[in-house]
Amino acid sequence: MSAVQTTSPTQDDTRRRSPMADVFFSLMRSRTFLVGLVIVLFWVACALFGEHFAPYDPLADDIINALAPPSSEHWFGTDQIGRDVFSRVIVGSRDILTVAPLATLLATIAGTALGLLTGYFRGIVDDVVSRILEAFMAIPVVIVALLAIVALGTSKATVIIVIGLSFAPIIARTVRSAVLAERELDYVAAAQLRHESAFHTMFVEILPNVIPPILVETTVRLGYAIFAVATLSFMGFGIQPPSPDWGLSISSNYGMIGGGFWWTVLFDALAIASLVIGVNLVADGVHGALND
Amino acid sequence: MSLSLVTLFLLSIMVFLGGQVLPGNVGRAILGPFADQRAVDALNHTLGVDRPLLTQYATWIWNFVRGDMGTSYIFRSPVAPFVIDALGNSMKLAAVAFVLVVPIGILGGVVAALNLNRPLDRIISLGGLSVTVLPEFVTGIILILIFGVWLRWLPISAAWPKDAGFFTQLYYLILPSLPLFLVLFGYIARMARSGMIEALDSDYTRTAVLKGLPWRTVIWRHVLRNALLPTITVIATQTGYLIGGLVVIETLFRYQGIGSLIFTAARGKDFPMLESGILTIGIVYAVATLIADFLYSVLNPRIRLGSDQ
Repeated sequence: MSAVQTTSPTQDDTRRRSPMADVFFSLMRSRTFLVGLVIVLFWVACALFGEHFAPYDPLADDIINALAPPSSEHWFGTDQIGRDVFSRVIVGSRDILTVAPLATLLATIAGTALGLLTGYFRGIVDDVVSRILEAFMAIPVVIVALLAIVALGTSKATVIIVIGLSFAPIIARTVRSAVLAERELDYVAAAQLRHESAFHTMFVEILPNVIPPILVETTVRLGYAIFAVATLSFMGFGIQPPSPDWGLSISSNYGMIGGGFWWTVLFDALAIASLVIGVNLVADGVHGALND
Repeated sequence: MSLSLVTLFLLSIMVFLGGQVLPGNVGRAILGPFADQRAVDALNHTLGVDRPLLTQYATWIWNFVRGDMGTSYIFRSPVAPFVIDALGNSMKLAAVAFVLVVPIGILGGVVAALNLNRPLDRIISLGGLSVTVLPEFVTGIILILIFGVWLRWLPISAAWPKDAGFFTQLYYLILPSLPLFLVLFGYIARMARSGMIEALDSDYTRTAVLKGLPWRTVIWRHVLRNALLPTITVIATQTGYLIGGLVVIETLFRYQGIGSLIFTAARGKDFPMLESGILTIGIVYAVATLIADFLYSVLNPRIRLGSDQ
């Protein structure tokens, strides 16, 4: 997934930028994209309005009905203190769909700025920064996150910052390679001849032209951010109780899996799986539409 | 090669910062909020955490290199034996996953490339991609439910009985290695597939076919050798990933490896244990990258030619 090859626009003068409409129609024709979009929108709707159509309060316990298997009353059964699993799965989308997109946004902003700077100025700063970023990318996100969260204490903000900053180098790399191709083009030379400031050339002239690869990388990263947030929550370093978050629910229920209480973890696992796959389908569709 | 050393250096700084600088007053953390300030100062002095940062870092690295990894806050005994034991266990788990995934992943990629754009290719490519993007604990939970709870074929915990023989251990390791297998399968199969497609499309393959070599010889001698080179690099870079996966998988399966050691140390704020665990896997990663670079240069005829000049 990470090996998205950014094809720079062709360098001849006859290049024509495909208008937004083109991209839109090609997205609407992509089955991958549409299927992914439906899945993602479903979970977004659950995150926004979940508590209105969830049959029970996701946090209300009911000890007498604890660990009830799925039935017409509790579609997905109940957990160890009798909370309705169906309602929890519905509302459980909220925290992950807040934290992961914000982390991705942070990664995109930081990564784009870094990529523009290193790609535009090149030279020794670029060499040093790029090597360090490359070396940093080899460290698994889980390890970085664990260290930072143990040192700083866990909160949604820590998780967002840690994941955002760990993903920034990857986006920076993509942006940098796109900028390297762009900066050889005439419009950049023209801006430089006009004595535009480096800041103006980078952010006003070049940035709009490297939006497509950034967009692709961002959607791909969103999938990984969901992966990372869910994993951290499962390990107890991410979203904290009493949130009905999926990863968190799995971590508090999987200990009883040997007793055959499969419904307390299966639906949360399937929810994470569907969201991650949905986002990746969208990313695939966006990649396809922008590289046509 | 140098890059993996930079990674290791970065990791050591992060570990040092995360484990020794950011948490603040170590003496206070150990003795608790009600301890006498003089006792805290004395302990800080004994532990050496009141010295300049650079000295502390240098001492820490030097001790680590000599095998002195410090004393666990929780177990009150040297960290090194715990780390070595755990590393051994993790190696077993990683070995099972690798032994399964490398041949099967390559085979999957090769089969997909030979059936390019046919249903078999679609199934392998799409299936590989879908399982690759899923978090390990999600595939782990689903696999536990299928093979451990419903079918009851495999044990749901990786903790084998004492004095278990090789095959019993292997039996207990199959289920934990499967989630790692699934994530890695997608990457390896995809690399092998694109390497194959490129090699099949190349001039030397066409030459080999046109000079009348049997198809089997062409595939084995000309295509596979060239196709698999990039795959080796991918497999090496995936060791870094594999380590991240181990933390999750070992926690899920309650396996006493380096991943669960790091996890337990992190939960208990046992910093010497946490730091040593993370630095150890950093070293393992650097060594794996070195081995891969070496293998690559041995297998790649172009690099061999270059060094002769």
